[in-house]
Parts: sequence; structure tokens; C-alpha cells
Amino acid sequence: MNANTQNAPILSVRQLCKKFGQLEVLKGVNVDVNKGDVIAVIGPSGCGKSTFLRCLNLLEEPTAGEILLENEYVFKNERVYLKNRLKEMKAQKKTGNFDESAFNALQKEYDALRAEEKQIEKYIAKNINLHRQKIGMVFQQFNLFPHLTVLKNVTLGLTKLKNIPESEANEKALTLLKKIGLEEKANVYPATLSGGQKQRIAIVRALAMEPDVMLFDEPTSALDPEMVGEVLKVITELAKEGMTMVVVTHEIGFAKEVANRVIFMSDGVIKEENEPKEFFSIPKDERLKEFLSKVL
Amino acid sequence: MFNDIIKILSNREMTGYVLEGLFHSLLVTLVAALLGLFLGFVVAVVKIAPNQKWIKPIKIICNVYTTVFRGTPVALQLFIMVFAVFAIPGFKPYAAIITFGINSGAYVSESIRAGITSVDKGQMEAGRALGFTWLQTMIRIILPQAVKNIIPAIGNEMIALLKETSIIGWVGSTPGSLTFDLNAAADTIYRTIPNYLASGFIVGCCYLAIVYVMVFIIKLIERRLARNER
Repeated sequence: MNANTQNAPILSVRQLCKKFGQLEVLKGVNVDVNKGDVIAVIGPSGCGKSTFLRCLNLLEEPTAGEILLENEYVFKNERVYLKNRLKEMKAQKKTGNFDESAFNALQKEYDALRAEEKQIEKYIAKNINLHRQKIGMVFQQFNLFPHLTVLKNVTLGLTKLKNIPESEANEKALTLLKKIGLEEKANVYPATLSGGQKQRIAIVRALAMEPDVMLFDEPTSALDPEMVGEVLKVITELAKEGMTMVVVTHEIGFAKEVANRVIFMSDGVIKEENEPKEFFSIPKDERLKEFLSKVL
Repeated sequence: MFNDIIKILSNREMTGYVLEGLFHSLLVTLVAALLGLFLGFVVAVVKIAPNQKWIKPIKIICNVYTTVFRGTPVALQLFIMVFAVFAIPGFKPYAAIITFGINSGAYVSESIRAGITSVDKGQMEAGRALGFTWLQTMIRIILPQAVKNIIPAIGNEMIALLKETSIIGWVGSTPGSLTFDLNAAADTIYRTIPNYLASGFIVGCCYLAIVYVMVFIIKLIERRLARNER
């Protein structure tokens, strides 16, 4: 099911909202991720950066909005707004000023939209696992599979999801491991590795699936300071090779040097978005100025 | 008492009872354990499955099941199942085995559920992010890690199950029937050699021996699983 736009970005996010119960974490986020983009997302903790990232591959289900991956819906829910308006109108019934015809019209509109979106949701449910294969994700806590060797960690998705023969998958995994200098660790279990090594392997695991875009959720936040460099080096190299990525990070230096766009999130919305030079030298948003004065 | 023990052990008919009882106890425990493990596994997976419309009623059934079977005495369950639910002529021993299996499944399901939830949440996320379905992630990533946490609890439950089956004779048992277990053997021997301490001692030794072997096997499995990850 394609949306009718040409030359669309890899990821297109429209009015993304996420509520945890009554807590509104994302209040309408709009981003386009184009091919080759390296987008750094910075912001104070609790501002919704990670939630935003996790919504992109539906690890967290958004409450409302629209996400398109290469012109295909990964998420769409606009009817929730109409539903809320309907509820408000119903509440007005008690106070007396209730417009029945307007209510019926809205109800009709809601029903139509609901039918359409249900159709899209069916399509999404069928394809979500294929979509996720196209989106690589790297976690703060690495999340390597401790019961599998490093090699198996990397090849599991290849052999079981992409049905690549084991020998071919192994070869591919070893080539990638070699690139990050960890091919001699292929047959050990993750428990014997350092944090930096684990994270590099987690990156390779995601990379092996040949994703169209990679999401990094604070990839260096759980590392000892001396290991941050080796992981950032791998990410930087990936960026140079043209990998499209969205990196949630606290590493301002990395955002400055590697990203081609920097996004500042605060209170569940994007407060500022710019190319890094201008972003850091002439910040416009007050909250960003305050944030930068603290971290720089 | 020592004399009576010798008397029982040197009497071919009496040792025959003990051996038959031993065999039936083992058989009943084994079949009930397999049934319990299967049931417990399915119920555990259903309980932790993500909430979807069609699964909700199944979840409710599973919760009622564990509540009822963990919440009532197994002897009562045995009588109800044998004399009411499965009151089919000739089906008595099988009904009893099924009861033990269902009862055990309720406990096993909670052990398995606890083992699965003890695996880090990030593992499921990592599996899903790669593109695996929930069930694929469960089978390939979560369960292999959960097994290590589950085995000790399951071992415990199997030992308890063995001894629980000793009430199977309560629904009536004669030599030759499946319900003639170790405990029933002790009762039968008592009728010829009226010293319950002697027959009880012999039967007790048999239970102890079985449990000892079970503990050994559980340890073996645990050690094998621990070899992983290093």
C-alpha cells in the first residue's frame, strides 16, 4: 500500500504522538530521514528521544500520527483525533449546546477513516517483521544474545529470516567482524567481551541484515569512557560509507563532527533542527541555548 | 522390626509387590510429569503472550486453571476426576494419571512463567528489532535462556509429584492394576506381615532411591546448561 508521493524519504514521520497512560511523551514529531542522512538527536533526558526512536520500528506503539518507510506505511492512526472530538461533542450534550447534524457528520467521517485505517493496519501487521528487517537497531544495553556465540549472534537473522545458507552467512559475518577487528572473537560467548566489543558486535549484528536505515539508541551511554571512542569510530565509518542513520546521543562532539543534521528535542517536540555548524554556533531556541550552555 | 524387613525381602510374593509398586509409581509419575510439562509450557506461553483480542479468553481460562488446581487439595481433585468427571468403567487409573498431570501442570506453568519473565526485556526487543516474530523470538532467543532458570524449579516439582502420586491407591487398587503403586504395595504387605514400620521402611527406601536418581539427573542437566555462555 503506497502513499502517493514521488522521491519520498526513507523514513517519513508525521505528527507522531505517544502517550503512556496520561503522560504525553511525544506531542507531534515531524521528521524526514533522507537517504544518506546522519541525524543526531539530542536533548535533556526524559524528553522523548528514545521513545521517538523506538516508535520508528514499532517497539513502542505510537498513539497517533503516521510513519512511512520507503513509501509504505509502518504506522498510521489519525482517527484518534476524530474520536476525541466525538467524545467532546458527546460531553457537550449535557450542557445543552449540542449540534446533532455536526456530530453525525463527524461520526460518518470517523467511520470512513476508521475503515480505511483498519485496512492499512492489516497490511502493516502482515509486513511489520519485514519492515523491521529493513531497520537496524542498536541498543544502549547492547542486548546481544548471551546463549549464542558472537558469530551466531550475527548470523541468526541471516539464516533464519533471510534464509541465507549457513556457510554464506558465516562468511559474511566474518567479513564484517574483521572490519571491526573482532574476527578472533567469533566463537566466544558475549559474556567474555568488554562493553565496547559487545556494542561493536551489536552494530555488526544489525548491519549484517543490510538495513536501509539504522537506529542507534544512546549507543555509548552504557560504556566506560575509554570504550566510547572505539564504538563511535565504527559508527563514524558507517556514516562515511553512506549508511542512513538516526542516532540518539549525548556525545555532542559526535553530533558536531559526523551528523549532517542535528535535532533538538524537548518536552516531546522538536524544538530545533539544523545542520550542525549553525545548530551549535547560532542556536535559536531558548531551551536549546540553555541545554548547550550546560553540556558544552 | 528388622526381622520383619528380612521376612518381607526374602518372600518372593512380597518383593514382587514392592517391585510392581515401584514400577507403577515410576510409570504414573513419568506420564503425569510429561503431561504436566506440556500443559505447563503451553499455559506459561499463553500467559505471557502479548495481549490480543483472541487470546484474552484463553488467558482467563489459563488463570482459572492455575488458581483452581493450585488452590485445592490434590486428593479432592483426584476423587472428583475419578468418580465424577471421568467416571467411565475401566478408566480409573488413567483418570488418576491425568489428574496428577493437570495438577502438576498448574505448578509447572508458574515455574516456567517465572523463568521466562526473568530473561531481560531487552532480549525480546532485540529479537523483534531484527525482524523475528514474537513466537520466533520466544523459541530461539528467550526460551533457551529461560531453561536455565526453570530447571531447578521443575526438578523440585517433579520430586513433589512423585510423592504426590502415592495417594493414587486411595481410589482403590489391587495388585496388577496401574493404581497399585509403592504405597499400595506397603498396604498389601501389611495384611500378611502386620508391621507397618517394616513395609513402610522398605517403601520409603524405594522413594528415597528414586528421588536420589532424579536429583542426580537434574544436577547433570543443570551442569550441562551452565557450560554454555563461557
